[in-house]
Order: sequence, then C-alpha cells, then structure tokens
Amino acid sequence: MAALAFVELEEGQAKKSSLEAVSYASEVEGSVTAISFGQMADGELDKIGAAGASKVLHVTDEKLATPNIMAYASAISEAMNKEGSNLLVLAKSSLGDPVAARVAIKTNAAMATNVTELPDTSDGFKVKCSIYTGKAFAITRLSSEKKILGLKKNAISIKEDGGTAEVEAFSPATDDGDFKVQVTNREKATGEILLPEADLVVSGGRGLKGPENWGMIEELAKAIGAATGCSKPVSDMEWRPHHEHVGQTGVKVSPSLYIAVGISGAIQHLAGVNSSKCILVINKDEEAPFFKAADYGVVGDAFEIVPKLTEAIKAQQG
Amino acid sequence: MKILVCITHVPDTTSKISFTDGNTKFDKTGVQYIIGPYDDYALARAVELKEQHGGSITVLNVGEAETEPTIRKALAIGADEAIRVNAFPSDAFFVAKQIASVAKEGAYDLILMGRESIDFNGGQVHSMVGELMGLPSVSPVMVLDIEGSTAKIQREIEGGKEFMELDMPFIAGCQEPIAEWKIPNMRGIMSARSKPLQVVDPTDDGVQADVEVFELPPAKEAVKLVDPENLDELVNLLKNEAKVL
Ligand SMILES: Cc1cc2nc3c(=O)[nH]c(=O)nc-3n(C[C@H](O)[C@H](O)[C@H](O)COP(=O)(O)OP(=O)(O)OC[C@H]3O[C@@H](n4cnc5c(N)ncnc54)[C@H](O)[C@@H]3O)c2cc1C
Repeated sequence: MAALAFVELEEGQAKKSSLEAVSYASEVEGSVTAISFGQMADGELDKIGAAGASKVLHVTDEKLATPNIMAYASAISEAMNKEGSNLLVLAKSSLGDPVAARVAIKTNAAMATNVTELPDTSDGFKVKCSIYTGKAFAITRLSSEKKILGLKKNAISIKEDGGTAEVEAFSPATDDGDFKVQVTNREKATGEILLPEADLVVSGGRGLKGPENWGMIEELAKAIGAATGCSKPVSDMEWRPHHEHVGQTGVKVSPSLYIAVGISGAIQHLAGVNSSKCILVINKDEEAPFFKAADYGVVGDAFEIVPKLTEAIKAQQG
Repeated sequence: MKILVCITHVPDTTSKISFTDGNTKFDKTGVQYIIGPYDDYALARAVELKEQHGGSITVLNVGEAETEPTIRKALAIGADEAIRVNAFPSDAFFVAKQIASVAKEGAYDLILMGRESIDFNGGQVHSMVGELMGLPSVSPVMVLDIEGSTAKIQREIEGGKEFMELDMPFIAGCQEPIAEWKIPNMRGIMSARSKPLQVVDPTDDGVQADVEVFELPPAKEAVKLVDPENLDELVNLLKNEAKVL
C-alpha cells in the first residue's frame, strides 16, 4: 500500500510545495505514488522520484489537461482506490484545497489542513495544524482509516535521494457532471516567482507613498530572487495586484526571509507572515509594531535604505 | 433568487489568542466575536445581488446559543431570516453536513460563505458542501455577477485569476473585493430584532478530526537593530547568522 501525493505541475514543472508533499508522504508511509495531470517537462520525473515517489500516475487526457477541481477530485479518489492508499498528501493551494475537501467526502477520509510537521504516530495519528492564522497550533487526532493532509509550506524539506520513479499512464473515468464549471480564461503572471511558493519575499506598505515607488522593491526582490508582496491598503488602492496582498485576508506566506518595507505591522498583516523563518523590518518609525515581530530591523527612511541594501547585497554577491 | 449565506462566529481579528483548561479550550475572556470577515464579504455581496435581482437571503450558522448576537448582526446587515443549527461546530466535515442538510431543504439558487473561517482557517467547508450536494463549488471568489441563471465569476489563483461561468445552483467561498463590508444602520438593527431566527437540531453525524490540545508559538526574541549606515553588517547577519540569503 502506497501513500498518494498530488503533484501539481506549473508549466510542466512540479511545484516545490508538491515535492514537499511527496517527501512528507514518503517519511510517513515509505512507499509513495504521485499523481499528476497534463504535460510534464523533461527532468521532472527525476525530481519527483528523488523526492520519494516510486511511481507517477500520469493523466494525459486532453479534457483534464487544465485544472478542473471536480474532475481532479474524482480522478484522485479513483487513484486512491486503485493503489489502496489510506493516505493522501498534498500542498495547500487554490487547486489542492478544494480537491482535497472533495476527495475527503468521496472516500470518507478524515482531513487536516495547514499541517506544519510530520505526524505523531506513537498513539494513533496526530498532526500539528496551524490555526488562528498562525497565532496558534492545534494538535489534531485523525481517527478514520483514510486520511488526507494538506501541508503548509515548509512542513518538511524536499528529499533529494529518494530514488527513481517510473511513469504509469492513468486514464481515470470522467463524468459529465464534473464539467459544470467552464473556465473561460486564466490570467497569470508569467516568469514571476509566485508569492505562496516563494522562499524569499519583499513586501511594501503604505509607507511607500505610491505605485510609482515600487521600482526599488522590485530591484531588491530581483537581487535576491524574491517574490513581491504588499499590505492590504496597497492592494485596496490598486497600487499592486490583489494576489500580492499578504495577511489575514490575503496570502499567508512562510518564506525563510520576509522583508517588510514601510508596513506598520498591524495584527492582521502579521497574521499572514508569522510563520516566516526570519523577518527583516525597514520602517522610519521605531515604534512601529512590526519591530516586535521582527528578527532584524533598520529604523530609517525606506527611500534611502532599500537602494543601499540592494547595492550591499549585490556587492557581496560579487 | 433564494440565497443562503453561511456565517461563522469568530474572535475579532485583533484578539489575543490564548487557551485554558490545560490548553484544551479557547479562552474567551475579553474576546469580542464578529461575523467572519470573509463571510461578511459573502453577506455583503448577497445583499447587493438581492437589490439587483430580488429574492431573499437566509443566513445560516452552525453554533451554540452564544452565536445569536452575531446572527442578529447579519439580519441587521440585510438577511431576511436566519437558521441556527444548535451544535458546536467541531470540524469541517460536521459543519458541511449540517449546511448541506439545511440547504437541501431550502432549494437555494446560491449558497455563499467565506473562503475560510479565521479560527481554524480550514477552507474546506464550501467544497465539502458542494461534494455532499453534487454541486460545483468555487473559491476564493473575487467577482460574482449573475445574468439569468448563469454566474460569471473571477476566482483568485496563485499569481493571477481564473474567469469562469457556471449555472446556478452552486456554492461560492468569497473574499474581497467581491463587495464592501456593510455596516448595519439603525433601521436594520431595529428590524433585525423581529426577523425570524429558527433553531434546528443537528443531524447526528460524527466528527473525524478532533483537536486534543492547543499550542502557542514560542515567544519571539527581541529584534536586532542594525544602523542604517552599516547595511553591509545587515547583509552579513542575514547570510551568516540567520543563513537566509
Ligand atoms: C478584518 C480586517 C482584516 C485585515 N486584513 C489585512 C491583511 O490581510 N493584510 C494587511 O496588510 N492588512 C489587513 N488589514 C488592515 C490592517 O489593519 C492595516 O490597516 C494595514 O495592514 C496597514 O497597512 P500598512 O502597514 O501598509 O499601512 P500603515 O499602517 O499606514 O503603515 C505605513 C508604515 O509605513 C511607515 N513609513 C512611512 N513612510 C516611510 C518611509 N519613508 N520609510 C520607511 N517607513 C515609512 C510608517 O512608519 C508606517 O509604519 C485588515 C484589517 C481588518 C479590520
């Protein structure tokens, strides 16, 4: 019996968070089968194998090439049955979350989401879940035989020595009822580092005064290979697109480094960043609440500090 | 158009989170409860859709008697009637079953709720209700317009959005900027008192995910301030102390 891991492909490439799901499943259950939909780029199979899967069920049906929540849920439930899997692991995402919830109902599985570390199996099966938007954790017992875990980013590091995976073509049954939602268009930033996946994030707030001042944020981000984010008022005023809005009512990030520039650190903003490994705050007001949540801080004018910091980073990169 | 709006009763976003009874219960001392912010967006959009297309709004909460002031607030904002399923909302599966069972009775055209609750942040209930009812569910929805029996929707995805069309009925998990939060006015507050609030018993379905104990994150150490004139030192710290660059 193998655990099943759902591996999302983004322009043919396995998402990093999905590889974390593969490695997590392999730590828990040993044997892992991955399932992926659509075109897979060269070399991805090796990565999925190295992360811990011994097999990839690859769905190439044209109808399923673009994400379809209901149809993917049906296919994944079928795959769980076929593989005899009692455990499904996936990364939290706009696709993974709804698919997982539907599979939970279809397979009568217990589900936990925002899982932050490996389970405790010393007495039953218990997982640690982030709750209250990162302000607390719930140690949650899953009692059903079948279990589904939605992982928060960085719940585990990706293995690189798992092994090799073989591909098995998989053609799940499709049901017309699963095609009631018609996706007419998809607008997606290309070439950018996606915020929820990013390991480094540079975020700007109202302190930056206007959208015309984002150049220095983008340059700093580019210098270190970071994604860009912002506070809620910034996206409300449409200085930045909504998908960059970080916080309680926006994207929750958990990068290794979060750099906050001209953001006061309101509790609702902190809720989205408090699982970052390290936080650097740049703010001209030494009383800004964000400094209480920060590891490093620079008190001063962002318009002077940010370009200088970018220079200092570039200089040390040689 | 018959709209069902499902709301959560949750601690205000500024609440200090702490626990009692050996970390097994949420400490409600001094905590102010609100309609979940995402649910509040769903309700606001429902009020706008009713203004445009006519119909009625039923608000539904799975919760114990203490949630009634929150339900009354939803009535003050513009819902016509309310249903409370008298049970503690123990897990997503349990709540979804209660909602599906109420929704099947009511034959709603549209079932709206927030993308997630802000206490457990599960974001599973809308999809589970959809699956239980054999209906599509879409989340997180940023734009929702109705034309005839068809909905035009924009859903947020990582780094962008998806445009979709589907026929009613369906379930939507909402978020900004679908509508602006509505603040109840005096007339709304007065009329909310006399609007019907029906209390129903839960269907006796079990719980699958059971919280045994809560934990708080470890306290953060004090911030290390670096002189703005010495940013090389900052880069050095990020590289060699924090090891994040
Ligand atoms: C229910 C609810 C949900 C919310 N959800 C979110 C959320 O998800 N995300 C979110 O971000 N907010 C959220 N908010 C809003 C939140 O309360 C704050 O209003 C918001 O985060 C403030 O954004 P800001 O820090 O960019 O702006 P401000 O609070 O205006 O802070 C600007 C900061 O910039 C600094 N500054 C100004 N000029 C400079 C300069 N030249 N150099 C350096 N620093 C400078 C100032 O000292 C100040 O600290 C929510 C609010 C509510 C009620």
